[in-house]
Amino acid sequence: MRGGWKVWLPLALFLGFVGLVALQLFRPAAREVESAMIGKPVPQFALRPALADMPGLATADLADGKPRLLNIWASWCVPCAAEAPQLEALRKQGVDIVGVAIRDRPEDVTAFLGRYGNPYTRVGADDLSEVQMAIGSSGVPETFVVDGKGVIRYQHIGDIRPEHVPMLIEKLKEAGA
Amino acid sequence: MIAEFGLAALWLAAALAGLQLVMGVSALRNGDGPLAILVRPVAVMQGVLTVVSFAALVALFIRTDLSVKLVVANSHSAKPFIYKLAGTWGNHEGSMLLWVTVMAGMGALIALLERRLPERTMLATLATQAFVGLGFYAFLLLSSNPFERLPEPAVDGMGLNPLLQDIGLAFHPPTLYLGYVGLSLAFSFAVGALLTGQVGPTFAKVMRPWVLGAWIFLTIGIAAGSYWAYYELGWGGWWFWDPVENASLMPWLAATALLHSASVLAARDALRAWTVMLGVVAFSMSMVGTFLVRSGILTSVHAFAVDPERGSFILALLAIYIGGALVLFALRASSIAEGERFSVTSREGALVFNNVMLSALLGIVLLGTLYPLVTEAFGVKVSVGPPYFNPVGAIFALPMLVVMAIGPLLRWRRDRLQRVRSPLIAVGLLLVLVLVGLLVWRPFGLLPLLGLGLSIALMVASLLPLRGRRLRHLPLAVWGMVVAHFGIGLALFGMAADSSLTVEKLAAAQTGDVVAVGPWTVKLEAVEPVAGPNWTALEARLKAQYRDGAVVTVTPQARSFWTPPQQTSESALLTRWNGQLYAVLGNETEDGRWQLRLWWKPFVTFIWYGGLLVALGGLLALLGRVATDLRRRSAVRQIAQRKNEIAKVRGA
Repeated sequence: MRGGWKVWLPLALFLGFVGLVALQLFRPAAREVESAMIGKPVPQFALRPALADMPGLATADLADGKPRLLNIWASWCVPCAAEAPQLEALRKQGVDIVGVAIRDRPEDVTAFLGRYGNPYTRVGADDLSEVQMAIGSSGVPETFVVDGKGVIRYQHIGDIRPEHVPMLIEKLKEAGA
Repeated sequence: MIAEFGLAALWLAAALAGLQLVMGVSALRNGDGPLAILVRPVAVMQGVLTVVSFAALVALFIRTDLSVKLVVANSHSAKPFIYKLAGTWGNHEGSMLLWVTVMAGMGALIALLERRLPERTMLATLATQAFVGLGFYAFLLLSSNPFERLPEPAVDGMGLNPLLQDIGLAFHPPTLYLGYVGLSLAFSFAVGALLTGQVGPTFAKVMRPWVLGAWIFLTIGIAAGSYWAYYELGWGGWWFWDPVENASLMPWLAATALLHSASVLAARDALRAWTVMLGVVAFSMSMVGTFLVRSGILTSVHAFAVDPERGSFILALLAIYIGGALVLFALRASSIAEGERFSVTSREGALVFNNVMLSALLGIVLLGTLYPLVTEAFGVKVSVGPPYFNPVGAIFALPMLVVMAIGPLLRWRRDRLQRVRSPLIAVGLLLVLVLVGLLVWRPFGLLPLLGLGLSIALMVASLLPLRGRRLRHLPLAVWGMVVAHFGIGLALFGMAADSSLTVEKLAAAQTGDVVAVGPWTVKLEAVEPVAGPNWTALEARLKAQYRDGAVVTVTPQARSFWTPPQQTSESALLTRWNGQLYAVLGNETEDGRWQLRLWWKPFVTFIWYGGLLVALGGLLALLGRVATDLRRRSAVRQIAQRKNEIAKVRGA
């Protein structure tokens, strides 16, 4: 390895590596978390009501021609409490929100909604996380935009912060007409 | 207060790293002076402060301080103590703090202990260590502050990923990091030697024990990680060629090559440029691995915390450090004379062959890991897995094993193969015998067959250097080599046996049913719910019997964690000396039967016993080197004392 072009070879290879990964890193498409479920219909399920005075949730309820948000949450989840005001804001703007409560007890659900407000029109109880798994969600909270045919259009992982509200409205409009 | 205290210690340590860099560089340029004397104490203080900062974070996790964002995001008050502790490093910020702690701690250790290197090279080395450290301090303090407080304390934490709530994994990251980041010393020594141009046997002798230490931890970390993946993921496999696994394998391959080439440099003053290059590459692979698994550009079954913003930060660090070191190498390579020549048939020749093969292995693992990125740049999504890695890896690994068996028997500089003819023939015969025996016994795939034959030959050959020598007087370093090479043979035997002899059975069983798998009969007695501190589970009670042996109960579980909600399957393992029975409980089928997945894996445990032997071999070699160094130091002291006494007598 006495001089010559060969000593620059490792550097050239390394620069190739940096170029390649930089390309991947800065491509806008690579930034969105893509669920395998986007563009697919919501899987078949029927959940019992999580609350005494509100209906449960089944796949058929999602294919009535109206786009809506499907929110996966739980009363024991701290970020779910943090996103409650944003869900309330979305409801006030006329968004239909249905909920899936993960591994929860009716009295805890009632207490949670009593404290943070109830933005839902339906809440199903997913006691074994089966629906959560089937829909491609790995944690709480998560929110899906479902169009009028019951097809998943968008997946939002984590809590909804105030800056996400306009974006979700936009996604609902795209899924709407 | 603890959080603010930890953060302050971290800022102070970062400032000292900056000071260490400036003082080191200025002392290098202006020759010795008061600054040169201060570099070592500053390096030591920097190390102490990072340890203080890390201890502060540990304290926050143990107390479950819910006003700290990181604790809330990764811990929970109902979690067992040991996982509260492990939660400290089971996340991005905490593990980056561990990274700088190891980095600064290692710098402090060489500042305290290393006295053999020429002082100028030592200054350059400590300045480099501080320079690399600074980048990671900046990363931690500017974009991943582990001590950030919440505006309002939370009600409770969100828990730790249940897959990580495992005793094996709790201590896996610190072990791995000691190895991973310990290699930063190889990088700093190499850059230091390039800067001053002092690459010679002394440099290799100084670097070797430090690399050896890091390599031992890396070896243990990889073996432990593989065993964790084996029993926790419930898939029955022990290596998945996952990017996270490759990220630890690549620095290991480079460090292994580095250790061997440093031996050549230390003993024969040859392979100078090559050794320096491997020093740079080894730690570069640690950094590249960290980047790949944290930037989110590769997907992994191990589901790491990923974030492209942080990815670009690490990428910038990579470009500065690795790119800088490679430019320096290209500029200086011609000034490092290559040193002594040697013939192909010699100890050096065998070690060079081993180096080339290890580097080739490193290359194909890197290529396979990056290949999905290359194709994605052209819009095609592919995943590269065992069908690529296993055969292509074997092409380079198998010839290397042959040379590994012969190499230690050869003399330095020049040798004739005739001198080692009889052991060679014996090992060759053994290999042929094994192959024929296996072919007749039952049909195998070619690669596992070669693996089985070669591993037995290697285990026998690795003991040959002991032949005809007085064992009690043999240097510890030779014992280390023998044990490590035997360990490689043993691990390879386990791998080949597992891939060729495993029996799998997938059954849908009702209570009372008996399933046969290999020499085992397994009866499903019951499936019952059980509860733990933060999970509930369905547990199957299985009565397993090996041939006519005693009946043993095993209890695989399907666990459901609450915070965060996740399901894991706790496999049950029954270990015999000649293998393991591996049982996983699956779902309930619609007609009320239970899915049971059973494996009989002959000799699979040899993989990890082998890995531990490799690490033990490294430890023996390290102890041998340290003992030699201590003896040398005490001899030097005695000579100095003698000289003093003589001078006194003459003066009087």
